[in-house]
Amino acid sequence: MLNRLLSYDLPRSRLLAVLLAIIFVCLILTPFIFTGTKSLSIAAKICIFVVLVASYDLLLGYAGIISFAHAMFFGIGAYSVAIALERFGTGFTQLFLGMGSGLVIALLFAALIGFLSLRLRTIFFAMITFAVSNAVSVTVIQSYKLTGGEDGLSYNIPQIFKSSYRFLEEPVFGVAITGKLLLYYVVFVCSLVMFLLLLRIANSPFGSVLRALRENEFRTMAIGYAPVLYRTLASCAAASMAAGAGMLSAVWLRYTGLETTMSVDIAIDILLIVVIGGMGSIYGAVLGTVLVIVAQGYLREILIAIGEFFGGWWMTGLFNPDRWLLWLGLLFVLCVYFFPQGIVGWLRKIEADRLIRQQAQS
Amino acid sequence: MLDNILSLAGVHTHIGPYHILQGIDMEIPEGEITVLLGRNGAGKTTTAQTILGLLHPSAGTIFFDGKPIHQLDAPQVVRRGIGYVPEQMNVFLDLTVMENLILAAYDRPRPDEEHLQTIYQLFPPLEKMLQKRAGVLSGGQKQMLSIARAMVLPRRMIIIDEPAKGLAPSIVNSLASSLETMREAGTTVLLIEQNLPFASRVGQHFYVLEDGMVVHNGLIEQLNKDLELQNRLLGLEG
Amino acid sequence: MIHQKHIVETSALIVALILVMLPILGFESWAVLTLAGLSMAMMIFIMASGMTLVFGLMDVLNFGHGAFIAVGAYAAASMVTLVGGYPIGTVLAILTVVGCALAALVAGGIGGSLFERLLVRPTYGNHMRQILITTGGLIIVEQVLIVFFSPREIVLLRPEELQGSLLIGNIALEKYRLLMVAIGLLVFSGLILLFNRTKLGLLIRAAVENRKMVEALGYPVRGLFIGVFITGSSLAGVGGALWALQQELFTVTIGSEAMLLIFIVVVTGGLGSVSGCFFSALLTALVANYVTFLYPPLSAFALIGMMAAVLLWRPQGLIPVANR
Repeated sequence: MLNRLLSYDLPRSRLLAVLLAIIFVCLILTPFIFTGTKSLSIAAKICIFVVLVASYDLLLGYAGIISFAHAMFFGIGAYSVAIALERFGTGFTQLFLGMGSGLVIALLFAALIGFLSLRLRTIFFAMITFAVSNAVSVTVIQSYKLTGGEDGLSYNIPQIFKSSYRFLEEPVFGVAITGKLLLYYVVFVCSLVMFLLLLRIANSPFGSVLRALRENEFRTMAIGYAPVLYRTLASCAAASMAAGAGMLSAVWLRYTGLETTMSVDIAIDILLIVVIGGMGSIYGAVLGTVLVIVAQGYLREILIAIGEFFGGWWMTGLFNPDRWLLWLGLLFVLCVYFFPQGIVGWLRKIEADRLIRQQAQS
Repeated sequence: MLDNILSLAGVHTHIGPYHILQGIDMEIPEGEITVLLGRNGAGKTTTAQTILGLLHPSAGTIFFDGKPIHQLDAPQVVRRGIGYVPEQMNVFLDLTVMENLILAAYDRPRPDEEHLQTIYQLFPPLEKMLQKRAGVLSGGQKQMLSIARAMVLPRRMIIIDEPAKGLAPSIVNSLASSLETMREAGTTVLLIEQNLPFASRVGQHFYVLEDGMVVHNGLIEQLNKDLELQNRLLGLEG
Repeated sequence: MIHQKHIVETSALIVALILVMLPILGFESWAVLTLAGLSMAMMIFIMASGMTLVFGLMDVLNFGHGAFIAVGAYAAASMVTLVGGYPIGTVLAILTVVGCALAALVAGGIGGSLFERLLVRPTYGNHMRQILITTGGLIIVEQVLIVFFSPREIVLLRPEELQGSLLIGNIALEKYRLLMVAIGLLVFSGLILLFNRTKLGLLIRAAVENRKMVEALGYPVRGLFIGVFITGSSLAGVGGALWALQQELFTVTIGSEAMLLIFIVVVTGGLGSVSGCFFSALLTALVANYVTFLYPPLSAFALIGMMAAVLLWRPQGLIPVANR
């Protein structure tokens, strides 16, 4: 049963399986295990980002497309919901309207970009996605009336999702059963579903064709698969998931702005996480996201302590918690150099070696 | 009695997974024109590229002037005194004729005047088109330029790959003259050709390649008398 | 591929654009905007020329090119701090600016050699890894600059003599912008002379067209690559310094901010073509300035539209190089 759920794409590494299981359990039980609102925010962010990064893995790791526009789709989803809720009221109708339109817009852009990807080489395509997402960001800033410009949009969400809405009078296991809790589980479940869907797509015949196209386009074309079609479909699938993640983010945060959605920073984060976690594995998104977000959230104190231990202005500078991007960048470059398959690949390799040794002994 | 300026022994070359050269043994005598014959796909161009260092042999040795060159890269091989006229001309289209010639003289700012005069005598059209971009030259003129490039410097040896392909007879005559000029200058020539009449007209020795191996070699003289061998070769090339 | 025709047509296009804008904008605005466009074009050209040449010669797309721009800007700022401000007098002021540019050139060159050795060389031929690794390199360089300098903006004022404008009638022409146009033309002429009159330039042009044949003529192309890469990064450094002096205020992202324009310019001009880069820089900067003035919300898409239009007209860029 578990096999089918995971689309027969098992972790293939005991350590990886254990880590994934721990993460899963922690996420499901976050409200009950960890206290404070911070941990809940981080857990929700992890869920949302896992989908965002995993959908990017479909593009980068499977289809071999380098796109700098993925954060743009995240933003499209988020802003569609945000604008709907901000302008038209906070009911579920508006919410679903926003979601629907966000999906349509994302698909349109995705189809366009997917279509361009055949006519252009990798390099051109990457540059064009960079240019287009830049242009969209600038347009968002300029369309102050609609999008709140640089300030972003703050809005209300349906009453049932708010922390003031109590389902039960008494707390359960010490946790108040509020709308916020419900929202968290909605985010979790939606993210889980999208993640499993991505696993399914990646491991379907469609996914195999994507990989074949990436490895040897000419030969795959010769067998009869049209690159344009497959890449466009992949682009649309990835974009709609990213938009979906954006919609979740918009509802969860009750705020949508450039820094939380379309910024270059987010685009870079996605790229770094997917490579460090492990391209072409989908699971890499989980490990990478958890590693990076938890590090960002919890390692501040440790970093400051290390910096002060060494002393000297440049050491404290290096270990300044705001410089996590430096370490992330270094880790990223090391991964491209030595571990193209990321952490997941490394774990799987260890496991495979272990099995080989075992077989050799017996 | 002639020294061998170039010797290949047991040379194997792979291109990717394909085993192209499967043990080539050749001795090229100095100062003479040796022709490398064989069908398409026999490995002639691969042999040339391996000698020149554009490809590296997976096994075997190549000695030039008594020194090993099989580990060297192309620029190093060329600087030992080997010139190369590749198949398909490969002149620089964006550069003028003169610029192409200047560039070919890698160790001096300009080719020596006497070399240039030799070139002008052999290939008069080139002298008229010195300032024209090579891209506007006709096929035959491009081939002349390609050979002229090899002649801007004194060379110990020149490897020429199918120069006569698709060219008008008058130009083929110029080619033959240029080969004769090289020989008179003491330059060894390794000529790759499928065109048997042209080859037997200009060459002194020959090797026949088939499926990456030498299957026959000897003097052109003998080849010219051996109709049966000729037919076999021509038949193969048919 | 007829070179002259391309240059004539492109120049005509640019001149036409400038002339068309005159009645639309009115003389004063037109003069100011056109000068702004021209000077911006020069700076972008200086920054972008290295990138296009490296791509044309080595088939390397350095997404981290912006790192050299940033390094140049910071080197210039350090120079001024080191010297303790600008000396008085126009000649000395210009000399200091030259000094800044030199510092930027050297810094850019050093950065380039490190970048090439550590990040570019191991990924030759693999475009995907190249894009990834050079992007990572850019991020690291930016962060290291923050560590050594400051996350805050750096102020880099021009010397007094280069502040302000020349008044011609009632048009104010910024002195610095005029200087930029002069410098840009100088650099362009220098590069053109290099390519067309020296043997080195010959070698580069030939290698852009056919690397293998250049090797078969006896030239080790490897050293050429490194030399060109470092030249490109040095130019980027100089461009960064000049750009920083123009803005008088910059952060570590000065490089990545310029990258979008550089991409557009490099692609529109024809990858590997330095003269193409020059003309497309002119076109791009002019379009950017005119559109931003006339209708700001359209500016971002206007550039993309321009790029698409140019590519439809000339798929290989404004001034293509010969095919490999």
